[in-house]
Amino acid sequence: MLLIPCPFCGLRPELEFRYGGHAHIRREPASSDDQAWAEFLFVRDNPKGIMAERWRHVSGCGRFFNGLRDTISDRILATYKIGEPRPDPGELPPEGEAPRIGAGDEVRP
Amino acid sequence: MSGRFRTAQGGRVDRATPVRFTFDGEPYVGLRGDTLASALLSHGVHLVGRSFKYHRPRGFLSAGAEEPNALVSVARDAARVTPNLRMTQVELYEGLSGTSQNRWPRLGVDIGAINSLFSPMFVAGFYYKTFMGPRFIGGAKVWAEVFEPLIRRAAGLGEPPRLPDPDRYDHRFGHCDVLVVGAGPAGLAVALSAVRAGSRVILCDENSEMGGSLLAAPATSINGRPSAAWIASALDELAAAGVTLLPRTQAFGYYNHNFVGLCQRLTDHLDVAPVGAPRERMWQVRAGHVVLATGATERPLVFPDNDRPGIMLADAARAFLNRYGVRPGTRAVVIAAHDSAYRTAIELAAAGVAIARIVDVRAHPGSAPVDLARAQGIPISVGSTIIDVRGALRVRGVTVAQVAGEHVIDFEQIPCDLLLMSGGWTPAVHLFSQSRGKLRFDEATQTFVPGKPAQAQSSVGACNGVWGIAAALEQGDAAGHAANGSGAARRYAVEGDDADDRGGFLGALPHGRAASRVKAFVDFQNDVTAKDIRLAVREGFRSIEHVKRYTTSGMATDQGKTSNMNALAIAAAAQGKSVPEVGLTTFRQPYTPVTFGAFAGFSRGDLFDPIRETPTHAWAVRKGARFEDVGLWKRAHYFPDSGEDMHAAVARECRVARAVAGVFDGSTLGKIEVVGPDAAEFLNRLYTNSWSKLEPGRCRYGLMLTESGFVMDDGVVGRLAPDRFHVTTTTGGAARVLGHMEDYSQTEFPELKVWLTSTTDQWAVIAVQGPRARDIIAPLVEGIDISAAALPHMSVREGLVCGVPTRLFRVSFTGELGFEINVPADYGRAVWEAVWAQAEPLGAVPYGTEAMHVLRAEKGYIIVGQETDGTVTPDDLGMGWALAKSKPDFVGKRSLDRPDLVVPSRKQLVGLSTEAGRVLEEGAQIVPIADPPRGTHAIGHVTSAYWSPTLRRPIALALVEGGRSRMGETLYVPMPGGSTAVKVTSPVFYDPQGARLNG
Repeated sequence: MLLIPCPFCGLRPELEFRYGGHAHIRREPASSDDQAWAEFLFVRDNPKGIMAERWRHVSGCGRFFNGLRDTISDRILATYKIGEPRPDPGELPPEGEAPRIGAGDEVRP
Repeated sequence: MSGRFRTAQGGRVDRATPVRFTFDGEPYVGLRGDTLASALLSHGVHLVGRSFKYHRPRGFLSAGAEEPNALVSVARDAARVTPNLRMTQVELYEGLSGTSQNRWPRLGVDIGAINSLFSPMFVAGFYYKTFMGPRFIGGAKVWAEVFEPLIRRAAGLGEPPRLPDPDRYDHRFGHCDVLVVGAGPAGLAVALSAVRAGSRVILCDENSEMGGSLLAAPATSINGRPSAAWIASALDELAAAGVTLLPRTQAFGYYNHNFVGLCQRLTDHLDVAPVGAPRERMWQVRAGHVVLATGATERPLVFPDNDRPGIMLADAARAFLNRYGVRPGTRAVVIAAHDSAYRTAIELAAAGVAIARIVDVRAHPGSAPVDLARAQGIPISVGSTIIDVRGALRVRGVTVAQVAGEHVIDFEQIPCDLLLMSGGWTPAVHLFSQSRGKLRFDEATQTFVPGKPAQAQSSVGACNGVWGIAAALEQGDAAGHAANGSGAARRYAVEGDDADDRGGFLGALPHGRAASRVKAFVDFQNDVTAKDIRLAVREGFRSIEHVKRYTTSGMATDQGKTSNMNALAIAAAAQGKSVPEVGLTTFRQPYTPVTFGAFAGFSRGDLFDPIRETPTHAWAVRKGARFEDVGLWKRAHYFPDSGEDMHAAVARECRVARAVAGVFDGSTLGKIEVVGPDAAEFLNRLYTNSWSKLEPGRCRYGLMLTESGFVMDDGVVGRLAPDRFHVTTTTGGAARVLGHMEDYSQTEFPELKVWLTSTTDQWAVIAVQGPRARDIIAPLVEGIDISAAALPHMSVREGLVCGVPTRLFRVSFTGELGFEINVPADYGRAVWEAVWAQAEPLGAVPYGTEAMHVLRAEKGYIIVGQETDGTVTPDDLGMGWALAKSKPDFVGKRSLDRPDLVVPSRKQLVGLSTEAGRVLEEGAQIVPIADPPRGTHAIGHVTSAYWSPTLRRPIALALVEGGRSRMGETLYVPMPGGSTAVKVTSPVFYDPQGARLNG
C-alpha cells in the first residue's frame, strides 16, 4: 500500500485515495478529427520509469492532484496541484529522499 | 508419560507439565513447550505424512517454518479445523487432535502409493501434457470426466473445514520507526540498539519463543551469560522500553513504501481459548525503517530416496535435541557439505545418539570441525556420498560410496535409524526480494544475498549472508543505530559458537545408478525430482521461471524454501550455465500461508459491507415488506398482503397505482446540489441537455455521457434558483456521478465557479404517483399551489409539507400524475406516515421497487445499467431529443460522431410483444429465425422483461440491431424450452401520448 503525499493534507495511506489515470492528458476540442479524438480517448503510454498520474484524495480533502511515480520501484517523487507544471527531472529529489510536494505553501506535515 | 526418546534433562520444555494429545486417533503425551513434531519424535514417530503426488511416506525434514513434509490437519472442534499446518510450528496444547493428510486408509498402508508405480506417467509437465490431449475421446470429456476427478482424488493436501469459521479475527494498523523481522541474535541486537537510540520499535518473530537459533544453542554464551539468560534479559529490557514484542507473528508480505503484513497467532496454542478472543490478528505495519533478521534455511542434499522418514536436516536434529530435549534417533549417519553438521553430530553424540558415520561430500572439508569430530571418535568418510537408502516407512540404512569424478566406487552399507543432511545454508531473502530488492550471487558462499535495498530497509545476520552469532549481533547492533542515525556501537563477546564454519553444495549428488530407477527429491512438497528438472531442460525450457512452472518445483505451499537453490543448480548444470546466469525465481507473498480469516478480519456477515436503510425502513418492515439489496441500500421490493406471492403483490401494486395511487420511497436516489454563478454552464458541459434557458422552478430530464459518448447516468434536475440546481442520479450511480463531476470541475473546467455537495442522505424522497396523487398530498402542503396550472409536470417548488421544509417535485417515473416530496431525512418517517394516513383511506398502496420497475417499463422509461451497459448511446435509446446539438461542447459530444457510433446497424431500444404469453428472460439473445443453428449471430438481447398487469400480457424492452427499422417484424428469443416468437414494437406500451402525466 502506497504512502501518498497529498499536496493539501500531507502523507496519507493509499486507502484514502482513488487513482485517476494519466495526468496531463489534454482534452481535445470538439472540432478535433477522428484520429486526434481517438488518441485522446484511448491511446496511453505505459512507461517503465517515471509516470505522471492523477490521484483524488477521495476519503480526505476530496481534491484531485498530480504525482510522479516510478513504476519500477513505486517510489513517489513528487505530487503537485492541478494546474501546476510537471516538475522537471532536475527538480526531483535524489534517491532516498522524501518526495517533493507541490509549491509547499499549503502542506501540513 | 513422556516419550522414551526424551533426554534426561535440557531443552526449553516444561518437564513438570505433561500435555495429552492425539495423532491419527492414537493418544500421546508430550510436554508444555513441545511442538507437535517434537512431541511425536519423543515417542519415536517419524512417519507423519504422505507426499503430494506419489504418496511416498514422509517424516520431518525440518524443525521450522520451511517444513515441506509434515503437514497436519488440527481440529479443535467440528468447525475449527485447520488443514496443512506445519507440525514443526504447531504448539502442543491439552487435547490437541492432529490428523495426517493425503493418505487412505492410513499412514502405514496407503492405497494412493500405487501412484509411485505409475510415476513414469507423472513426469514433469504431466498436467500440461494431459491438457494438450483431445478434450473428447469417443464422446467422453476426457479431462473433465476422467483425469481431473482421478487427479483430485489421488493428489492433494488437507481438506478444508466444512462448517463456517466460528472464530473472530482482528485487524490492526501498526506504526513504528523500526520494524524488526526475526528475533534471533541479530534481530534482538537491532531492537536493543534501536530502542536505546530512541526509536519506536516493533519486533516480530514467527516462533512461539523469541531467540531464534540461540534457543537451540545452550552452549553459546554472550557477554559471559548463557544464551537463555541473555535472551531473557534482552526481552526484559525491550519490554521495559516499550517495544511491541510480537511472538507467533509471521511477517508474510513486504509491500510498497515499507508496508509489511504480519499475521499474529493469538489463541491456537492455548488449551482453552478465552471466549470471544480473536484467533489471529492481522497487522498492517508502516515502518520508517525495516530491518530483516530472518536467518537462513539449511538445504537438503539431493541423493536417491532422500525423502524417507528418519531423514532430516542436521540443524533440525540439533533443534529437536537442544530446544525440545528429544533425540530424533538412536544411530545416525550424517551426510554433510557444511561444517555446521559436525557440531550437530558432536552434540548428538554427547546426548547418547550413536554417530555411525559422517559422510562428507567434500574431498577436503575444513580441518577444525573434522579434527574435533575425529577426536571424539566419530568415523568420517570424506569425498563420499550416499547412493541408496534402505527402509520405506523409516530409514534402516544407507549405502555410502566414494565419489570419483562422475562415478561412485567402494560401496559400504551402514545401518542407521536417522540420517541427517546438511547441504549448507540459504539466506532467507524472501522478504527482501518481495520488497523489490535485487539479489546478488556471492561466489564465495554460493548463495544469493541481498544487494542494494529498494526501500528504507536493511538485512542483518544470516539472511544477509553473514555467518556466526557474533557477526549477527554486531551487524544487528549497527543496523539499529543506523535506522535512527544515532547511538554508539555495543560490543558483544560470544563464546561457544564456531564462526568459522564453512561449506555448501548446490544441485544433485552423483549416484551412478540408472536415472529411470531413482527418485532423488528436490522439492519434497510437490514431489519434484532431479530428473524432472533435467527433463524440463531437455524438453526446451530455459528460463528458470518456465522450469519452475513446468515442473511445479517451488510452487507448493512451502514456496520451495528448501528446494529452490538445488532446483536452480540442477537446471543450470543441465544447461551448462552458472547459477547466477540462470537466476532465481521471484519470491511472492505470503512467506507462509495465511488464513482467509486473518485477511477478512471483521469484514464478514453483517459487517462485510455497511448497510444503508431509508428513513421509512422500519415502517416497511412492520408493513411486511420484502427487501432487496441495491448497492448497499436495503430497498422495499414489494409489500405482500397475507397469502400473496411476489407476482400477485406486484400486480396489485401496479394496478392500484394506476387506478388510484401508490406511495413509494425514493430516498435512495442520488442527489447532488450544484451551486454557483456558473452552475448552469457546468451542467451544460456535463449533461447532453441545455440548461441555460431552464427557468427556476422547472425540471428537466438530464442525460450524462462518458467522454466516449456512452450513457453513464440519468436523472431529473430541478432548477431552484439561477445559481442552484437539485440534481438527481440513479441510486447506484450517485458516488460515481459526483466523482465524475468533481473531476471535471477540478481538473478540466476549473475556471467555472461551481460547488458540488452530495445531499443523498439529507433528503428523504416520498413519491406519490397515480390519479389521486394530488388529493393525497393536498391537505399536507403549505405555501405551494399544486394545481395543474400552477405546478405542471416537470416543476419544482419550495414550501412546507406537514410543516416541514420541502422541495416538492412534480415528476413521474410511472407515467401517472406524480409528485416527489423531498423533506429533510430526519422528518422522512413522520411525513411518510402523514402521507400514508391520507393515502390509505383512498385505497392507495405502498409499492416497492419491483412495481416501480414494471410501471416504468410499461412506459418505456429506461434504467441506466439495465437498458444500458456502457456501450449504449443516446440515439441507441431513441433519446436523440435529449442532445442539445447547438451547444459547442459537452462531455461525450465529440464521440457521438465517431464512425462506429453512427452506423445504422447499431442496437436500438425497442419493445417486444410476446405472442405466446411467456415472460422473456432478461439477458436472452434475440435471433431472426426460430431454430438457430449453433453459431448463429445474435442481433440483440432482452434488457427488461415483465408481466404487465396493466396490459395483462408480457412486455419486454430489448436492444436490437437496427431495431427502429424493424417495427412489426417477428423475431425469436431462444430460451430453455424452446424459442419464443416476439413482435418488435415501440418501447412505450402504455399511454404513448402521455396524457395521464398531465392529470
